[in-house]
Amino acid sequence: MTHLLEIRDLKVTFGGLDALSGLNFHIDEGEIVSVIGPNGAGKTTFFNTISGLVEATEGDILFEDESILGLEPHQVTDLGIARTFQNVRLFPNMTILENVMVSQHCRTHQQIFGTLFQTKAFKKEEREIRERSEAVLGFFGSRLVGYRMEQPAFVLSYANRRRLEIARAMATQPRLLLLDEPVAGMNPMETAELTGLIGRLRSEWGFTIVMIEHDMRVVRDVSDRVVVLDHGVPIAQGSYDEVSTNPDVIEAYLGRPVESKA
Amino acid sequence: MSATMSAPSSTSSTSPAASSAPALFDLDWRRIGKWGGLCAFAIALISLIGMPVGLDRRTIIEGRLSLGYLALIWLPLLFGYVVSKRVVLEGVDTPDPGARDVLAGLCTGLLAGLGPLLLILGIDNFNLRKPLVNWSPQLLELLTFGRDIGYGIGAWLAICAVLGMLGSTMHVLPKDVRRVVSIVTFGLLFISVLEAAIDDLSEGFGLEGLTDAMYAKRGGLTVKYSIILVVVLGVLAVVTKGRVKGATNHYRGLKGAERKRASVLLFAGVAVLCIVLPMFLGKIMNELLANVGLFLLLALGLNIVVGLAGILDLGYVAFFAVGGYTTAVLTSAESPFFAPELHFGFALIVVVLIAGLTGLVIGAPVIRMRGDYLAIVTLGFGEIIRLLFMSDWLKPYFGGAQGITNVPHVDLGFAVVKGTDPRSVFYMILVFCVLAIYVSWRLQGSRLGRAWMAIREDEQVAEAMGINTVNTKLMAFVVGAMMAALSGAILAAKVGSVFPNSFMILVSIIILVVVIVGGMGNILGVMVGSFVLIGVLGGPRQPGLLQEFQSYKLLIYGALLVFMMLQRPEGLVPSARRSQELHQEEFLQDVWLKGEDHEEEEAAEEAAAEEEAEATAEGTGDPA
Repeated sequence: MTHLLEIRDLKVTFGGLDALSGLNFHIDEGEIVSVIGPNGAGKTTFFNTISGLVEATEGDILFEDESILGLEPHQVTDLGIARTFQNVRLFPNMTILENVMVSQHCRTHQQIFGTLFQTKAFKKEEREIRERSEAVLGFFGSRLVGYRMEQPAFVLSYANRRRLEIARAMATQPRLLLLDEPVAGMNPMETAELTGLIGRLRSEWGFTIVMIEHDMRVVRDVSDRVVVLDHGVPIAQGSYDEVSTNPDVIEAYLGRPVESKA
Repeated sequence: MSATMSAPSSTSSTSPAASSAPALFDLDWRRIGKWGGLCAFAIALISLIGMPVGLDRRTIIEGRLSLGYLALIWLPLLFGYVVSKRVVLEGVDTPDPGARDVLAGLCTGLLAGLGPLLLILGIDNFNLRKPLVNWSPQLLELLTFGRDIGYGIGAWLAICAVLGMLGSTMHVLPKDVRRVVSIVTFGLLFISVLEAAIDDLSEGFGLEGLTDAMYAKRGGLTVKYSIILVVVLGVLAVVTKGRVKGATNHYRGLKGAERKRASVLLFAGVAVLCIVLPMFLGKIMNELLANVGLFLLLALGLNIVVGLAGILDLGYVAFFAVGGYTTAVLTSAESPFFAPELHFGFALIVVVLIAGLTGLVIGAPVIRMRGDYLAIVTLGFGEIIRLLFMSDWLKPYFGGAQGITNVPHVDLGFAVVKGTDPRSVFYMILVFCVLAIYVSWRLQGSRLGRAWMAIREDEQVAEAMGINTVNTKLMAFVVGAMMAALSGAILAAKVGSVFPNSFMILVSIIILVVVIVGGMGNILGVMVGSFVLIGVLGGPRQPGLLQEFQSYKLLIYGALLVFMMLQRPEGLVPSARRSQELHQEEFLQDVWLKGEDHEEEEAAEEAAAEEEAEATAEGTGDPA
């Protein structure tokens, strides 16, 4: 059986530093996989490598059996991989609706000609873009729709910015969704809600999800599998329960007990 | 309140009147000192630039006021107004403007009077003509009103003090009175400064009788008509009170079909005005309008590149030059190397294609850079293109510094467009401007326009969201280049020749200033910017309405740019987006207030969402 995403011996170096090395794993269609690890473990580098922002030094990444290394970021998105950013990066001065509309760029085709002559095809496409945008925004309840849609994105609260960023990634109509710390900075109530939503992203929208997360309750609640990175090296893989009791993982997070040093 | 109370207490002990009326003399002396000193400095500066002497010949009101004096006396008026201006904050007690503010204006004016005072004494006693050309007896004569020095000093102190006081009195006047006064003042000024334009217009409408009576033989309004105009303007101001605002609000309030009808009517009105008005205008005014159109076309193109896509292109003039030279080579019989003598219409098609190609060639290496680097490199390309046209190397093809002359008129069959008939040129430019406005307007709200905005906001994220940033940016470059080249083609046909020196880097800068001052990213703003800057002040080589200011044009451009950047960075007619961006805090406040209306419904939604979330969280939690 082929995997949706397969990582083979991936290695990324910055100067003399191995940000990632010997990374080997795969993600199947319909899975939710969490990537965890202490700060500086290479989690975000891993995402950046998949989405084409960082070049891999060695190894390969296959998306549906095709290598995606060396592709431009927009080509990766075009293939069906969308992502969010750890430090929320919206288009702050565009309206909320426009933020979501613009990310359908790679799924739409109208060029200058259609725009200037207002062809039927152009109007139809604009209408579809709008409808899809409203559907995506509606997924998050009433927060991002209605009068809010015409407001610039910078007015949003922190949690809503995170939601809009997920909406924007959803609008690119991906098959694989990379979420970089989706609940960071949210309060427990919001976290619980978003945890539910991540489950629905799979069940209702059919996305396969890879998620970097520090909140272990979220990781436990949604993920099928967990991959643990430390200093760029994968140290454990498996279900949450397996990983959370793994001595290497505990050591990576908490350090070695004092007596074993002696 | 506290700010005025904390004024240095020492001042109250120095002034004897302090004990009897402490509130009156308890002024913010630092503020007065700052603005008064600045004003004195500005007066001296403007005098030494030579404005008063240079503009003295031009009268505003016959026998009473010349433009030269006007160049000086507006300063104490303005600074008097500024010194008493207060920021009114909601929820903070602001004392009502009163006698104290008028006194502050008076003191500022007196201080400002030090400017001419020192200048008079200085010119009388020292000779600094070597470094300062305008340190001249003529300036002294102007400053002393042709009398002795004591009179001059006294008069200036008095004038400045009175004007400063008048300026600050504006705050004390009731709002309605203030409105009438400012309309009358600016209206009168407008009518007398734009004498040439109004003369021209009245000739077209056959109203020479009125203007002949209104304006004196040697220029300027006659005293009699000044008084009549004051009355007329005053009445007009009272009658129109609230009408304009009401009409705009009414228009904004319209919805759906009604709004559409109103827009169509408005558009039709503007269209008729654009078509009919030039018929009544003389040569000079039509020439001026044609220049405005030429620069509007350029500015619209640059607006797409800078305003929408955020690519700071300082070498924009390159495309203007390419358009001009392509037209000249293709149509002129004097083209030194290759002279197919095509018709202008066919040449235009080639111009657009070549402009697109040049856009691609210049854009491809440049577009990969960002921010400052990109600006510098485009600046370089702009000069390279001009120097290439100028060079001896390409002289056999483009004529070097002599350029290409004898670009023929445009024969359209039913009409001939030629430079000696500026009306025809204006109509041709009008067509292209309308086209460019349509293109800009449509692109703004399209898939491409949104992609441009996204790139302006955050290029890396735009790329990660599936936008091919290189292609999209190139597209902006090419569209902008085409508009500039069309403008260049019309210039060539209008002037009848092209020279490398018509395409100096200054043109790029001035177009950029037009876009910034007008309002970046806003079509209406760009239009207003072109009218105000190119129409009133004039382009790099083209005279504007204020021909007297010709030699100070660049100075005024610079001053205006600095002023706008400090006080109104969003431009004269800002796009909603840009003003939100620059006034984020205020906007957030508004949203917050607006949000309160929606709060109740939202709270209900939130509660429902939470319940749902908990339910689903449990649901997904179970199988794990």
